[in-house]
Amino acid sequence: MDSVGNIIVYFAVAIMLVIFSIAAVTAKKILRAATYLLFVLIGTAIFYFQMGYQFLGGVQIAVYAGGIMVLFVFAILLTNKPNEKAPEGKSHRKTWGFLVSAASFVLLLFALFYMPLIHGFSLVECLSAGKLITMHDIGEAFTGGERFQYLLPFEAISVLLLACIIGGVTIARKD
Amino acid sequence: MEPIIPILILAFPLFTFLLLGLCGMKMSHKLAGFIGIAILGTTAVLAYIVSCTYFFSGDPAFIFEGVRQQYQVFDVTWLAFTQSLVVKIGFLIDPISALMLVVITTISFMVHLYSWGYMEGEPGFQRYYAFLSLFTFSMLGLVVATNIFQMYIFWELVGVSSYLLIGFFYKLPSAVSASKKAFIVTRFADLGFLIGILLLSYYTDTFNFVELTQNPELVLGTTGGATYMGASVLTWAMVLIFSGGMGKSAMMPLHIWLPDAMEGPTPVSALIHAATMVVAGVYLVARLFPLYCVVDFSLTFICCVGAITAFYAAMVACAQTDIKRILAFSTISQIAFMMVSLGVAYDKPLEGVHYSGLGYMAGMFHLFTHAMFKALLFLGAGALIHAVHSNEYTAMGGLRKYMPITHWTFLIGCLAIAGIWPFAGFFSKDEMLAAMFQRHWFWGAWMTMVAGLTAFYMFRLYFLVFWGEENPHYKEHKPHDAPWQMSVPLILLAGVSICAGWIQFGEFVTWNGEPYHIHIEAPVAFTSLLVAVVGIALAAIMYMKKNTLPEKARNMWPALWQAANRRFYWDEIYMFITHRIIFNIICRSIAWFDRHVIDATMDGFAKMTQSLSYRIRGMQNGEVQSYVGWYISGAVVIAAIAWLCFA
Amino acid sequence: MDLSMLWYLVPSVIMLVCGIYGFMTRKNLIAILISLELMLNSADLNFVIFNRYLYPGSMEGMIFTLFAIALAAAETAIAIAIIINIYRAVGNTDINEVKQMRF
Repeated sequence: MDSVGNIIVYFAVAIMLVIFSIAAVTAKKILRAATYLLFVLIGTAIFYFQMGYQFLGGVQIAVYAGGIMVLFVFAILLTNKPNEKAPEGKSHRKTWGFLVSAASFVLLLFALFYMPLIHGFSLVECLSAGKLITMHDIGEAFTGGERFQYLLPFEAISVLLLACIIGGVTIARKD
Repeated sequence: MEPIIPILILAFPLFTFLLLGLCGMKMSHKLAGFIGIAILGTTAVLAYIVSCTYFFSGDPAFIFEGVRQQYQVFDVTWLAFTQSLVVKIGFLIDPISALMLVVITTISFMVHLYSWGYMEGEPGFQRYYAFLSLFTFSMLGLVVATNIFQMYIFWELVGVSSYLLIGFFYKLPSAVSASKKAFIVTRFADLGFLIGILLLSYYTDTFNFVELTQNPELVLGTTGGATYMGASVLTWAMVLIFSGGMGKSAMMPLHIWLPDAMEGPTPVSALIHAATMVVAGVYLVARLFPLYCVVDFSLTFICCVGAITAFYAAMVACAQTDIKRILAFSTISQIAFMMVSLGVAYDKPLEGVHYSGLGYMAGMFHLFTHAMFKALLFLGAGALIHAVHSNEYTAMGGLRKYMPITHWTFLIGCLAIAGIWPFAGFFSKDEMLAAMFQRHWFWGAWMTMVAGLTAFYMFRLYFLVFWGEENPHYKEHKPHDAPWQMSVPLILLAGVSICAGWIQFGEFVTWNGEPYHIHIEAPVAFTSLLVAVVGIALAAIMYMKKNTLPEKARNMWPALWQAANRRFYWDEIYMFITHRIIFNIICRSIAWFDRHVIDATMDGFAKMTQSLSYRIRGMQNGEVQSYVGWYISGAVVIAAIAWLCFA
Repeated sequence: MDLSMLWYLVPSVIMLVCGIYGFMTRKNLIAILISLELMLNSADLNFVIFNRYLYPGSMEGMIFTLFAIALAAAETAIAIAIIINIYRAVGNTDINEVKQMRF
């Protein structure tokens, strides 16, 4: 049995996620869409905290909500005149997009409700089943070469980020 | 014997070929010719040294208790395909290869010298010498082969160089088609040769001549009772191997290439198509003689092919007008003579026969003498052509006054080939006829008749060219004897043609290496001499002075004359078979099938792919959003199907 | 009342569907990128949810989400660089302007 507080937080965040997701893809002004995305990302981070992944939530806010959103805002400010509305898509594409997303939504919901694993454990049970993840555990997972340790992908990601910095600079450079 | 000299014998002509072939065009004609002649002269000297060492040194490796031995100077592995299938390259000396070394280098040297005069100023002079060297190299490699596979390799090389030399005047369409014809016909025969080699070596596990011929009964044992279509495998193998020889030696029905091969330069005809390459078939039979003796049928087959060819070629030679073609058919006839002679020989004593191996010795003897006088005749014909610029005897006549050297040497050649005492041909022909008579009177009588025909057509040629009426053209363009480079070989070869018969050939070459003392069989000698004289007399009556006798003779059997003039329609038969039957019926239907079934299927696939691609390429319209739409819809559909099927 | 797995998965699905809809209907390249981020985010969330509910003893889902976030950062940076380049070339960021890569 989960605590009432948890449930209230869940509902608040879930409603926020649904509303802002829809708003992010329908907002006329592009800067507003970016702001709604920011709220969605923050809501996701709250879910992460709720599920006991404090570090991940922190990363989500720092990198996503912080770093990437700044990039978005800069890009929008660079490419859009103030108060410019997002141009309307073609109507046939709108219908088409709506149909496709509706179909996938229905399919996914069916899948969700028919999956046997979905019902069962409560969040509290699961939280108590696993041990608390400390920074120490995460550090070990990223710096070892054993089973369930990820030094190599970690290094690969760091190289990738470097490449991405160089690539970004090269592509966007005015020449 | 040290292997250095034998290696040099092979290496010198090859080196000349490479040198003249690669850098010849940078040299002057004189220099190229000089290099060719000088190196070939050296090779000839080395070959004489090797042969003399073999025949006269008395070394027990060469002659052991009076029996000449086969000696492999070296035999190195060249290609090792598997444990047992190993191809070696070596140098085998035995009586016949030592003999052939002398023949080839002598004739080749004469031809090299002669060509210096004959080919003077021709474009491609250096190329000509390069090809001559290539030919000499391959022919030497062929005769000294230690194994049948090496022989096959050089056999093909000889074919290639023959092709190159026949087509030397490659701007003449007739020369090009003649070279192609020679190559295709001999290749066709070589297919049989190769199959024969494979059959033989498959059962015996060896290519080596010495191993094969030392113990022919063992070879018969290894093939066991394997038979195919009623004949034993060994019979098939030997007949197929002989078919290669039939192609090279222009036996019927594969003779059609040799008359056309006369499109090549005349010295080439002398070297390749008279003295050396065309006797390769004879040499092949002689080389595998003990194996042929194991299967009686193949010897009889050789006899029959030889007898028919000899008669056929002699008939045709009587009705030709081109002097080189007459000589070509004479060559075919004489080679067939050698074949019959080999065919009547046998390696075991026969009842009523005092020396059963006589045919072998006589055939080789005739090979030797024939090489000399036929080369002489061809070179003489070259001198004639050089003088009057035509191959037809109608452009000649009465030349004896203008060209005394050519006349006398040509006469000696004619007397030698007709078999008149004391010229070389008499002795060898006498031995051959004796061998045939002692085997069966039929062979002897038949071939004596051919010998008479030989005397007739050779002297028909001789009288038509050197006697008879003078051609009116001589007044504008006076024919004269050839320059010294051409006369010297003529005189030398004439000398050899006179003396060669007196050699005690049986002391050197016999089928088993034991010496045999030649003695003239008086009745046979007398008969053949009589027949030859009758032939000559007949020719003299008909052609010495212009008269109506040839016309009458022709009108007596016009159809026969016409048929002989057209070579009994062999070329037409081949044309009919290849063009009408093979090309028209078989190839056309295959081509139809290829075009309308195989190609059409492939084209259909291509067209289907193309039209489908044109239809669906509109989907790649550059709009990322539609891609995503298709992608997600596809994923949804697949997931739905999967879910419906498996849930 | 239990907070079972389904409760968390439903917002994730909605997020994903919104992303699809946005990706297919928006015209502005940056708006499309925003939709893309939504989809990616929902996938991240799924990793974590499944990790927590099905394999509470391990933390692989979380690790992969960390990697995915890093990748998302890289991808966004490059995408924005490209968009800025396009803006420079074309003068706006309309998806209909970049249709040259076709048959």
